[in-house]
Amino acid sequence: MLYIKCPYCGLRAQKEFSYGGDATVKRPNINEEVSSEDWDNFVYMRKSPRGKHIELWQHIAGCRQWIKVQRDTATHEIFQTAKVTEEIR
Amino acid sequence: MQKYSVFSLIKNAFSNHQNWEVAWKDPTPKSEYDVVIIGGGGHGLATAYYLAKEHNIRNVAIIEKGWIGGGNVGRNTTIIRSNFMYDANARFNEFGMDLWRNLSQELNFNVMFSPRGIINLAHSDAQMNAYARRGNSMRLNGIDAKLLDRDEVKKLIPMADFSDQVRFPIFGGLMQPSAGTARHDAVAWGYARQADDMGVDIIQHCEVTGFDVVNGKIKGIRTSRGDIKAKKVGLCVAGSTNILAEKLNMTLPIETHVLQACVSEPVKPLLDGVVTFGAGHFYISQSDKGEMVMGGDLDGYNSYAQRGNLPTIQHVLTGGLALFPFLSRLKMLRTWGGIMDMSMDGSPIIDKTHIEGLYLNCGWCYGGFKSTPVSGWTFAHTIAQDQVHELNSELRLNRFSTGHLLDEKGLGTKTWIG
Repeated sequence: MLYIKCPYCGLRAQKEFSYGGDATVKRPNINEEVSSEDWDNFVYMRKSPRGKHIELWQHIAGCRQWIKVQRDTATHEIFQTAKVTEEIR
Repeated sequence: MQKYSVFSLIKNAFSNHQNWEVAWKDPTPKSEYDVVIIGGGGHGLATAYYLAKEHNIRNVAIIEKGWIGGGNVGRNTTIIRSNFMYDANARFNEFGMDLWRNLSQELNFNVMFSPRGIINLAHSDAQMNAYARRGNSMRLNGIDAKLLDRDEVKKLIPMADFSDQVRFPIFGGLMQPSAGTARHDAVAWGYARQADDMGVDIIQHCEVTGFDVVNGKIKGIRTSRGDIKAKKVGLCVAGSTNILAEKLNMTLPIETHVLQACVSEPVKPLLDGVVTFGAGHFYISQSDKGEMVMGGDLDGYNSYAQRGNLPTIQHVLTGGLALFPFLSRLKMLRTWGGIMDMSMDGSPIIDKTHIEGLYLNCGWCYGGFKSTPVSGWTFAHTIAQDQVHELNSELRLNRFSTGHLLDEKGLGTKTWIG
């Protein structure tokens, strides 16, 4: 079981959360010309690193907020969590 | 090479089985090969075998970081099927079914291919309609498909919960009678033994640390056991694809996730074929030893750990218990995990790349084992001829940018939902 520290609710079990994927993927700006390649990169291309990974989770059985989590994909260790509006360095 | 037969078995019995030839050698890497295959799993071994057999390219090395058969080819739930709806996937895997049917004879190694059928259960009218559609698509591609009603399912799996009290009653199911299982280790060992006999070097405990690419052309690889020159390099590394892609400055439509499976203690024969639950992600078959072999959902977050967490096993087995209540009496023997190269549309990629002489075989999600022979066969063709075969002409990397996706389940790009 992973234990994830929700920035709003504190430490909670993984079962309360739902995964949302890579948090570093940036949607192209709206109302601007978007090349097929940029669109392709946004929708499909993922780095999927072995090691530190910044990802989105939703505290679906809690406050229902989306949060950012920095986690190691090889050991599952969680280093840091933050609100989506905050940066993880 | 010593042929395996009842006569060789009797002959070797007289020397207490001490004088069997080794099945494959342990060579020192040469400085140069015509083709280097990275990844000594089922797909890599099959690719090397078909390169030698079908294309007479025998100066080939397989580079494996661990040991052959230690990755997903030894971690899957051994299911073999071709019950796909889309033409490209159906044709590809049905060609593979033909290879499976003759594989034990071809490899002189009993892979115990056992076509006992697979039943996908339906729990609503809508699901029955969807299965009728899929079954019709399969039959148009020459694949056997049978739509079963509730009574027909009950005859085949009477131990399932057919009571009135269940949350998800069984309405019927779609069956592919020619689907089945095989002994996964034997597939790896059979391909390895034949490939080795035809001159392929199987190099284990050798990690790839980098690539030599000059002017957009592959020249060789760097490994923990020295540099190796190669005219062509094929990547067959499943869950480790993104790690090697990063060394090549490539980003791929792939995420790596962990999938768990488990087996119960062995019991007497009770389940003939493979059964999948239609109201949750759970599938089950019984091994020849009697263990119930079960699997289901991914753990649901990017992972390179070849192990998972308990909540997913509990969740999967909750579905299992809803279908087969008798499972609650069984003890769990073991659970394990493997890392899956989840592609963004759920279908594999077998293609050339923008680097000349570099070929890519990945994106198998959790369905790689059934495609082992056909994957090797088409990848060998792609490498030898430097062009895709008709069978993998739609399994190309550029389908994501052109929009020609093969999204069999219509799940979109959330690979972890799988």
